[in-house]
Amino acid sequence: MTHASPSDSTTEHQLAAIDSAIERLRSLDGALLPILHAIQDELGFVPREAVPRLALALNLSQAEVHGVIGFYHDFRSVPPGRHVLKLCRAEACQAMGSDALAERLAHEHGASFGATTKDGAITLEPVYCLGNCACAPSLMLDGKTHGRVDSARLDALVEGAR
Amino acid sequence: MSVTVFVPGDSSARSVGADEVAQSIARVAAQRKQPVRIVRNGSRGMAWLEPLVEVATDASRIAYGPVAPSDVGALFDAGFLRGGDHRLRLGPTGQIDWLRKQTRLTFARVGVIDPTSLDEYAAHGGWVGLRKALAMTGVSIVDEVMQSGLRWRGGAAFPAGIKWKTVLGAVGDRKYVVCNADEGDSGTFSDRMVMEGDPFLLIEGMAIAGLALGATEGWIYLRSEYPDAERTLLTAIDEARAAGFLGDDVLGSKKRFDIRLRRGAGAYICGEETAMLESLEGKRGMVRPKPPLPAIAGLFGKPSLIHNVMTLAAVPLIVERGGAFYASFGVGRSKGTLPFQLAGNVKHGGLVELPFGVTLRTLLDEFGGGTASGRPIRAVQVGGPLGAFLPPAKFDVPLDYELFAQAGGMIGHGGIVVFDDTVDMAKMARYAMQFCAIESCGKCTPCRIGSTRGVEVIDKIRAGDRRDANVALLRDLCDTMTAASLCAMGGLTPSPVLSALDQFPEDFGLRTAART
Ligand SMILES: Cc1cc2nc3c(=O)[nH]c(=O)nc-3n(C[C@H](O)[C@H](O)[C@H](O)COP(=O)(O)O)c2cc1C
Ligand code: SF4
Ligand code: FES
Repeated sequence: MTHASPSDSTTEHQLAAIDSAIERLRSLDGALLPILHAIQDELGFVPREAVPRLALALNLSQAEVHGVIGFYHDFRSVPPGRHVLKLCRAEACQAMGSDALAERLAHEHGASFGATTKDGAITLEPVYCLGNCACAPSLMLDGKTHGRVDSARLDALVEGAR
Repeated sequence: MSVTVFVPGDSSARSVGADEVAQSIARVAAQRKQPVRIVRNGSRGMAWLEPLVEVATDASRIAYGPVAPSDVGALFDAGFLRGGDHRLRLGPTGQIDWLRKQTRLTFARVGVIDPTSLDEYAAHGGWVGLRKALAMTGVSIVDEVMQSGLRWRGGAAFPAGIKWKTVLGAVGDRKYVVCNADEGDSGTFSDRMVMEGDPFLLIEGMAIAGLALGATEGWIYLRSEYPDAERTLLTAIDEARAAGFLGDDVLGSKKRFDIRLRRGAGAYICGEETAMLESLEGKRGMVRPKPPLPAIAGLFGKPSLIHNVMTLAAVPLIVERGGAFYASFGVGRSKGTLPFQLAGNVKHGGLVELPFGVTLRTLLDEFGGGTASGRPIRAVQVGGPLGAFLPPAKFDVPLDYELFAQAGGMIGHGGIVVFDDTVDMAKMARYAMQFCAIESCGKCTPCRIGSTRGVEVIDKIRAGDRRDANVALLRDLCDTMTAASLCAMGGLTPSPVLSALDQFPEDFGLRTAART
């Protein structure tokens, strides 16, 4: 990647969001993660064009910035759907039937992990514990945790997001 | 006069409808012209009763639960604002057996107070430890921590005091107190409940540590899965600073201590303390070799006291009442209390704080009440995804760090995940390997490659493909991971795998005679 002009998919709005996050947070100690979070909070993902800008601002190599983005499960390199659903796959939720919810998402709702449904409504991601293990099974929809999720609740949440 | 009604704002209570219940109460109260003041408290930790609504009456707080929005009209009809009788009435909250039988030291205020009210924190004994610490020398504070017998609550269970001594004696132009709030272990939520339900307690614990050790900066590494805790902590930090408990001149002492919060990014390994430091510095969460100990060269190379939320949250009481008071709870070398977390397929799940020494059976029967499904318990996993699976035959071992370890278990962060008899333990063993493959930082081969191989080998065993040879291969693989991994991620993943294989061989298609 070079410092050439932004790819077509990177809009003015996205570049502005990236630059403003960098400007606001670059003086922090260990600024890279806070900036990446700020970008993703704003845009839902970290566009490719952020990499050279971050590298320049923080005096890092582009490879280093790439390495950090790639290391953490949270950071997306493509835009998510209109909603992000994180289904807990960890032990306590498994003990209460989360695998059946995963299957239901796949077969009834066309949602598979790491992908967005065809209608663009929902990006499904795995999560390993939401700290809601006494009200399992759990999922997080757009930042809000839902507990004791059965198939009816799941259907209602998914339909509500469509 | 308005009546005070408590509806938890805890994210677990919210996950089962607490917001809708609070809205419903506000709406009906307005319709009926019965003024209420709704307080969003933390959770009392009785998860199966959430949303648990409490009403402050002259005599005591009366609990109702679990309340659905559709119950609210009937509750008003029953006069619940005066503690009136209703099918969901549980009586005075403090007298509910499940709570009454606990020893709540760390969780004394959680669920009781408005979490971000400085006035309520102070009125319920807050800041006493910090004020006392301001009049003490660093050495004498560290002595109290030593005497308390407090051990690391994040997993490894070494004595906390030794770490404090090391940081106190370390030289650096700047020192840090780092709070590990990554709470990555599945089946655990005690850190979250304190951060959401009593955030000033953590702030006070960190401030005391800072004053004792001459550390001016406190950093909290909070997992991104806890957005509610983030909001609450940020509010609490701002309030504490505005009121002079944090900042350049803590309570007029001319000493500086301030706290900043950093969000993790969904990597389990960043709960390991050196990976956490890398992450805080803005890098990939790769585990660092030790030495140097973080106490000598930690965050940005400076001496750093790293503790789990529970460890730091125990500190204010230890300073307030003295180390000996804290050490009067517990058994053997396991001093004080541990907030256990009952999770998974359990009827009465939630937070149970008790002195060390209680047995799993007591927790599972007297508190847990058996499984949620009503079927028999087949196994529990204690201590997170790296903890062993234990069959009912081991439920009478006391939860004491040493005795429990002798029985092949690890108390860790105190999470207890219950499985009923429909569980497939070979599938759980596979999951343990898969989790390690997903979350490995990639630094060492046995962990990175071994876990992926482990998944494949378990798949073959489950498919009946050369079963004996593959079981031998799996054991070899586990030996290598145990012996040659840099950290406990690779080093302890064999623990759930081998305990599943040894205790439940039939699930792997092996004859039960192989049971050890
Ligand atoms: C793979 C791995 C994950 C860990 N995750 C956590 C965690 O989520 N929270 C935590 O407090 N400690 C965790 N630890 C333990 C930390 O390395 C460290 O011991 C702890 O933060 C020190 O705090 P303490 O002294 O209060 O226990 C983890 C360790 C390993 C090896
Ligand atoms: S054991 Fe695994 S997680 Fe730990 S340092 Fe090695 S590769 Fe990283
Ligand atoms: S295991 Fe699913 S919320 Fe903790």
